[in-house]
Amino acid sequence: MSLSADVDLRIGGLRLRAELDVGDDAAVAVVGPNGAGKTTLLRALAGLTPLDAGRVVIGGAVVDDPRAGVRVPTEERRVGVVFQEPRLFDHLTSLQNVAFGLRARGASRTEARAGAAGWLERVGLAHVAGLRPRQLSGGQAQRVALARTLATEPAVLLLDEPLASVDATARADLRHLLRQELRRYPGSRLIVTHDPVEAAALADRLVVLEDGRVTQQGPLSEVTARPRSAWVAEMVGLNLLEGTASGRSVVAGAGAVVSTATSLTGPVFVAFRPNAVTLHRRAPEGSARNVWEGRVSELHPAGDRARVRFEGPVALVAEVTAGAVADLALADGGRVWASVKATDVEVYPA
Amino acid sequence: MPAAVPAVLAAAGVVFVGLPLVGLLERVSWSSLGSELSAHDAYVALRLSLETSLGALAVAVAFGLPLAWVLARRTFPGRALVRALVVLPMVLPPVVGGIALLYAFGRRGLAGQLLYDLTGWRLVFNTSGAVLAEAFVSMPFLVVTAEAAFRSMDRRAEEAAATLGAGPAYRFWRVTLPAVAPALGAGAALTWARALGEFGATITFAGNLPGVTQTSPLLIYLDIESGHETTALALSLVLLLVSLGVLVGLRQRWLGNP
Repeated sequence: MSLSADVDLRIGGLRLRAELDVGDDAAVAVVGPNGAGKTTLLRALAGLTPLDAGRVVIGGAVVDDPRAGVRVPTEERRVGVVFQEPRLFDHLTSLQNVAFGLRARGASRTEARAGAAGWLERVGLAHVAGLRPRQLSGGQAQRVALARTLATEPAVLLLDEPLASVDATARADLRHLLRQELRRYPGSRLIVTHDPVEAAALADRLVVLEDGRVTQQGPLSEVTARPRSAWVAEMVGLNLLEGTASGRSVVAGAGAVVSTATSLTGPVFVAFRPNAVTLHRRAPEGSARNVWEGRVSELHPAGDRARVRFEGPVALVAEVTAGAVADLALADGGRVWASVKATDVEVYPA
Repeated sequence: MPAAVPAVLAAAGVVFVGLPLVGLLERVSWSSLGSELSAHDAYVALRLSLETSLGALAVAVAFGLPLAWVLARRTFPGRALVRALVVLPMVLPPVVGGIALLYAFGRRGLAGQLLYDLTGWRLVFNTSGAVLAEAFVSMPFLVVTAEAAFRSMDRRAEEAAATLGAGPAYRFWRVTLPAVAPALGAGAALTWARALGEFGATITFAGNLPGVTQTSPLLIYLDIESGHETTALALSLVLLLVSLGVLVGLRQRWLGNP
């Protein structure tokens, strides 16, 4: 079923004001920095945190609308939630944990046990059916939690950083399982994450939430190619400048001019990959090039490459070979020229 | 030298608490213990104690548990006042509690009069009066432990249960109650032990009728007064053993890890 929401609430120091639409069969990842309100948004959708205003609609039915006095309690919303931590019931075995939701919704003991056993099998944990949560590893516990949620056949599925509590070794396996199950799951899926790899693996659309507001949303490929905020640019590893275009040149923030291959007018974003930036010790010559003079402020070697932070009329990150670092003696600081070809620059309306 | 002062005072404290117990055990007539306890009066008093204390525990759970829940989970004006009121019998002299009960539930009391007029039922000089007196005094132990448990338990499991389709009642029975069960067990044990030992409120409110309101502590007092020392000692030994039993049962929670 589909999910659409217009959430307006205040909690602590956060004002969350976000609109969201997740189609019938869509998987959306909500990404954003810590404290942006991602978890709060998910809790509001599940009915765990009340709205001040706005509405939440699940499968065409309004489940939350404070102005109209509508507030369907969580247990009647049919939202499945996988929390950051497994939140299993300590006094129940794995099997009983998975059977819990089925029992709560009225299944007989036998039916619930049979259903739960099937789900444990499906997540590869039939052998821990009789164990209690304390006896499970972190990865196993989160698998049981996933099975417990999916067993109730929720109308929409909400996942709040489902891999966060799992250690690195178990993470790849669990991600693989999640990917598989999310693909099989028939309704809207919403995954909160701050990990771009997780987002790319589990979702086909991105919603970027920053400081309680949606700053960008769209298909994964579009958001990663055309970031609209510094946070997104950083997440996808692009340099991002904001400026005003007239024709094929853009005046960026501090008065630097960027030549582009595309002609636009008005406020624009300019994005380019760090490995499209070349560094020089002398002013370079060439056509259709953007050249800025500045200095190296930071140098991070990573294998045979290095990430170099450049401060000039614009601030940017360049990715160069370790050989270039040595040849240019970049570690010494001093004067440096950075250049980017106009054809390597992506420009799009702000 | 000053370093030894706390140790000496501590040792004195242990002797102060321990000596009376030694005195009691020393005077118990072990050979006649069986016959003393199976004698009619003693047997009746013990049985009555067991019945009334369990009855008091049932009353304390029936009213104290919801009360603890409301105090822990709801906010309402006057909550602090309600909490203070409910806990008051813990520090109130039991005899004062007994008198207060008399003016409330006695035959001429606020509610007692009405109850008598309507049903002809009276609590005074009646076993249910003894239950009431014991419940009045012991219920705070249950409320205090249960409220702390409801307040401090991990609420996240309750949220998870809601997302799985469990309504409030189902959540309470299947998630909340199992989570607080160990604390509730401890609270119930304390409550029961307090009810079992109740003296002041019971004798003041319910009276001292053999077989009706004369519980073990009342009989012990009467026996000591009337020179039946061996019976009093035998009953005292039973109550002491019960207290020790409760303490051992609560060892994990209250005495820490040995």
